[in-house]
Amino acid sequence: MSVWIAIIATAVGCYLVKLLGLLVPANALERPLVQKLSALLPVALLAALTAQQTFATGQTLVLDARGAGLAAAALALVLRAPFLVVVGAAVAVTAGVRALGG
Amino acid sequence: MADQTTSADIRTTRGAPAGEPKPDAAVVRDALGVGVAVGLSGFAFGVTSAGAGLTVAQTCALSLLVFTGASQFALVGALAAGGNPLTAAAGAFFLGVRNTFYGLRLSQLLALPGLVRPFAAQGVIDETAAVALAQPTRRSARIGFTVTAVTLYVLWNLTTLLGALGAEALGDTNAWGLDAAGPAVFLALLAPMLRSTTERTVAGVAVVVMLGLLPVLPGGAPVLVAALAAPLVLFFKGRTERRDNSDSAEGKGAAQ
Repeated sequence: MSVWIAIIATAVGCYLVKLLGLLVPANALERPLVQKLSALLPVALLAALTAQQTFATGQTLVLDARGAGLAAAALALVLRAPFLVVVGAAVAVTAGVRALGG
Repeated sequence: MADQTTSADIRTTRGAPAGEPKPDAAVVRDALGVGVAVGLSGFAFGVTSAGAGLTVAQTCALSLLVFTGASQFALVGALAAGGNPLTAAAGAFFLGVRNTFYGLRLSQLLALPGLVRPFAAQGVIDETAAVALAQPTRRSARIGFTVTAVTLYVLWNLTTLLGALGAEALGDTNAWGLDAAGPAVFLALLAPMLRSTTERTVAGVAVVVMLGLLPVLPGGAPVLVAALAAPLVLFFKGRTERRDNSDSAEGKGAAQ
């Protein structure tokens, strides 16, 4: 049940912020500080989430096969690989390292 | 930098971008390319969500109703980590706030009738904004937005369903390395944003805060605290720039 609460809350929240952009007058959110913050907020969130989902198991920090997978994804990004190849590389390397007992 | 921002703003604020018209077929081709490539990655979401313990119905509801990839991955990640549902939703919500700013620019560019806006809103995401904002005319922007949004919505939801069903057939999704899909998606979304020192500093600070607080704070709380890296870095950057400006008031235009 609590999962459904999280789903509904996220769905309503994410829809309203999408709609807000289309409905508010153009100059309302055009202040430079608001613009800069809105560009930087996803940077902080995505970096934190990447770190969490790579190096955390519950509340414990771990370095496991996911670390190798993320390194493979980073290499694919440096080589300008398409989105699906980046994700595929991470999955394949993580599975490979686990199969080898890592 | 400031000049670039201004000219880009003028270009979109005027609504009708000045540029050579582009053939409709070329716009459709661009839009389909983005829609298909990203739409297929819904499979990764479906698998990740099922691997995180969500049912097929819950997984599909997320793609149908939330329809903004990073928020969806963030929510299932936080739920899998045992986070409180509302903290988990808050993290996903803050990631979705950037869509407001896409909406602002798209609203001027597309000039949609009022009745269409509630429907168009669901399609206001990274990829549709990227395609529409790159078009030279309003007509191209409207075609680009619509084709990208519809292709992506249909494919993302189909592949989400396939991924969720596939995950059940796969059994232990971690053995297949599928728990690495979420962070890889985040990294792929993050990489093109790391254009200047400011963005890199924000990312670095966020990672350090995240890893430092993870063992101490419960559930999704560390992610929300790590988000404060953005205003923090902006604040210190603003202070440094003000000090630099007063130090070299006459050296205007020499730097950068």
